[in-house]
Amino acid sequence: MDGVHDMGGMDGFGKVEPEPNEPVFHHRWEGRVLAMSRAIGVFRAWTIDTSRHAIELMSPAFYLSRPYYEKWFVRNQNLLIERGLIDADEVEAGRALRPAKNLPRGPFSLDDIDKVTKRGSFYRPAQGPAKFKIGDRVRTKNIHPSTHTRLPRYARGHVGIVERLHGTHAFPDSVAAGRGDDPQWLYTVRFEAQELWGSEAEPKLKVSIEAFEPYLEHV
Amino acid sequence: MAEHDHDHDEGSNLSEMELRVRALETILVEKGYIETAALDRIVELYETKIGPHIGAQVIARAWSDPGFRQALLDDASKAVATIAQQVGRVGEHLIAVENTLQLHNMIVCTLCSCYPTDVLGLPPAWYKSFAYRSRVVKEPRAVLADFGVTLPAETEVRVWDSTAETRYLVVPVRPAGTEEWSEAQLATLITRDSMIGTGLPKNPSEVA
Repeated sequence: MDGVHDMGGMDGFGKVEPEPNEPVFHHRWEGRVLAMSRAIGVFRAWTIDTSRHAIELMSPAFYLSRPYYEKWFVRNQNLLIERGLIDADEVEAGRALRPAKNLPRGPFSLDDIDKVTKRGSFYRPAQGPAKFKIGDRVRTKNIHPSTHTRLPRYARGHVGIVERLHGTHAFPDSVAAGRGDDPQWLYTVRFEAQELWGSEAEPKLKVSIEAFEPYLEHV
Repeated sequence: MAEHDHDHDEGSNLSEMELRVRALETILVEKGYIETAALDRIVELYETKIGPHIGAQVIARAWSDPGFRQALLDDASKAVATIAQQVGRVGEHLIAVENTLQLHNMIVCTLCSCYPTDVLGLPPAWYKSFAYRSRVVKEPRAVLADFGVTLPAETEVRVWDSTAETRYLVVPVRPAGTEEWSEAQLATLITRDSMIGTGLPKNPSEVA
């Protein structure tokens, strides 16, 4: 979707402001939200693609004005309600009012900590040979799906070079839409800055994206 | 952060977010979906165990051991797994990209906040900021100036936008004058920002 989350190349957000000796969490609740998100990730109530899309679906005004972990919290709470794992009246009451639903992977306990600290694999079996090879010139498609996609706006409709081939991965556009993994070849595609930003682009700059095969066509 | 460091969140004046988050946690625990102790452990891991010191060990090894450097550039997930006992556990899809005197790499996630958490811990706020995400793919040298970094005009800049589940780690240039340094000494030069590409390693004279 052409949402405000897709920020590459936008102007007006000001300077980048590094914080010296920044704490891991600025408030206690941020750590709890992170931990709950990781735990929910392990019990697979939803996928990482669904969780990203849920944040993209927030209104632009909310997205731009609320703290990072508040968006995570709202996402978690809304998806837990949507999936029937908790109910809105329980949120109102601040306590459980009815028994739990069965979770696909069972509850999250101390024994599951290892699953939090190591990322899983997104490799999936190939459904066919790769269409492109390293060194190929490719054009990203000019697509504007109203659903989740990982092809950023600034990199649509541009010609680049295939630089790396990463095997076949679960395809976020499909997973977030509830249509399953639909595994796709994944490439690094590199663009010259002038191709993306025109003749006034910063000199000596190249930018790459990770592009799933359905985003690409032969030039 | 320890309890006593954020009194403004405690006592009778709990923030609205603290209250909302506590309520959700209470519901999830009462329903038996999660254990409080498990959440405590996750917070503790990210506050004390999983951070940029892991990446610094990886880079220091790459600077010291040409065989490891090549293995890291060929397949970072596999290479880091071989020293996992020392540095913790690293999952799939990690890719190391090497800076040279001619090339400077930077990483970003313009769409959300993808970051090589296994080796750097949780991202700093600026990495998730709208300013960084919007600007670094278009004007990385101006972004570097915000970090007080200026590159030679002839250096090529390469920005890697993490739009899939691949995660990038920058291997900075080893500072001159460190030929005799041990891995442990080298690790003290390697900052988090130097592994994202918004910084350079410390000058050896700063830590010697």
